[in-house]
Amino acid sequence: MSTMAFLKRSPWILHYDASSCNGCDIEVLACLTPLYDVERFGIINTGNPKHADILLITGGINSQNRPVVRNLYEQMPEPKVVVAIGACAATGGIFRECYNIAGGVDKVIPVDVYVPGCAARPEQIIDGVVKALGILEEKREKMTGKAEIKEGARHAAEAGEGT
Amino acid sequence: MNGLIGAVLFLILAPIAGGLIAGIDRKITARMQGRVGPPLLQPFYDVGKLFEKENVVVTTAQNFYVLAYLVFIALSGALFFAGGDLLLIIFAFTLAHVFLVLGAYAVHSPYSHIGAERELIQVMAYEPMIILAAVGLYMVGGSFYVADIAAATVPAILYLPGVFLGFAVILTIKLRKSPFDISTSHHAHQEIVKGITTEFSGSTLGQVEIAHWYENIFLLGFVYLFFSWNPVIGVAAVAVTYVAEIFVDNVTARVRWQAALKSGWLAAAVLGLVNLAILSYMTIGGA
Ligand code: SF4
Repeated sequence: MSTMAFLKRSPWILHYDASSCNGCDIEVLACLTPLYDVERFGIINTGNPKHADILLITGGINSQNRPVVRNLYEQMPEPKVVVAIGACAATGGIFRECYNIAGGVDKVIPVDVYVPGCAARPEQIIDGVVKALGILEEKREKMTGKAEIKEGARHAAEAGEGT
Repeated sequence: MNGLIGAVLFLILAPIAGGLIAGIDRKITARMQGRVGPPLLQPFYDVGKLFEKENVVVTTAQNFYVLAYLVFIALSGALFFAGGDLLLIIFAFTLAHVFLVLGAYAVHSPYSHIGAERELIQVMAYEPMIILAAVGLYMVGGSFYVADIAAATVPAILYLPGVFLGFAVILTIKLRKSPFDISTSHHAHQEIVKGITTEFSGSTLGQVEIAHWYENIFLLGFVYLFFSWNPVIGVAAVAVTYVAEIFVDNVTARVRWQAALKSGWLAAAVLGLVNLAILSYMTIGGA
């Protein structure tokens, strides 16, 4: 189908704090300030999972927001990627031993990119998002490929019925 | 024949011009905030992307309503550039927004419903002033037909300064700019989530965006009517008006819906009606 990749040029982001210390969130928001200005890359920080392409998530996820994270992830339309930001999002970080911490975002939803650091720097976060764009593009190609296979199968079935 | 060409040109060129203007808008806005801003063609990338995404539909009715919104916005703009009847155009334009509101109400989502209610409030706020603007242009041009108004040799703006200012106020509402961007905004992506567009995604959201481009070109065409006796001044006035809107967008904070409603009606009552009263007094006195 379409070979033009608009997706890479217009990644909209959903930012969710899954029980982080807020350090990483401040760094995420710093990316939007005039100093880093991620809108240069067409990145918009949306509050709506239905409009988002990339989920930026911080923190190790506690029992309270486990269902919320899953819900947000499921509401995002395909293709989508998840970027886990900070040590907490990767492994649980300093909260790892807490009784209520899942210990990393990938315990609840699939993660595509891990951005290290405590707190992760804005430059690293932007790097992580750029890395995620490559994966997003791959997923899109796979998705259109799948759609074409499905379509082909449907046409074949219809042709079969006709005879 | 001329009318048909105008309509076809509008249908083809308005999305291109509308997208470019949106790009320039975002660039100027970024500069005003001390940022570099996105590439000029960013709005096209965004809409292209939306059509690449999976289309998550909450209820199929919403697709129908959004398509109707797009069609009626395009229709009202096409009628306008075909030189049609201003009152019919305003009617089609309002109907388009009713479809958008219905689309948002079709989904059981509180965010979407709040957005829809606010959109209705916006329609209530700007409708009187739009009609007064049409009446004013009729009083000066002697016709409700856009073709006749545009061909008039009298500078409408000199007779209708108040009406024009009132129109500029509701233009802020219509362009979805601060301080009146209450139903959905270009900037506030988190406030009550995203207002009326919350439950639209993928290609449906793309259609809303394209409709918005059509709408902006139509509105700028309306601004042009006030200056149509001289095309150069007309185009310059449209540009100045739009940049002023961007400026207002960046220096004001969003007001509550009550204030938006009051401002729209105040503009209509004070700027619009007084202007028209003086005008009719003058013309009757002159006759
Ligand atoms: S990684 Fe460090 S800065 Fe980030 S949320 Fe965890 S504790 Fe806070």
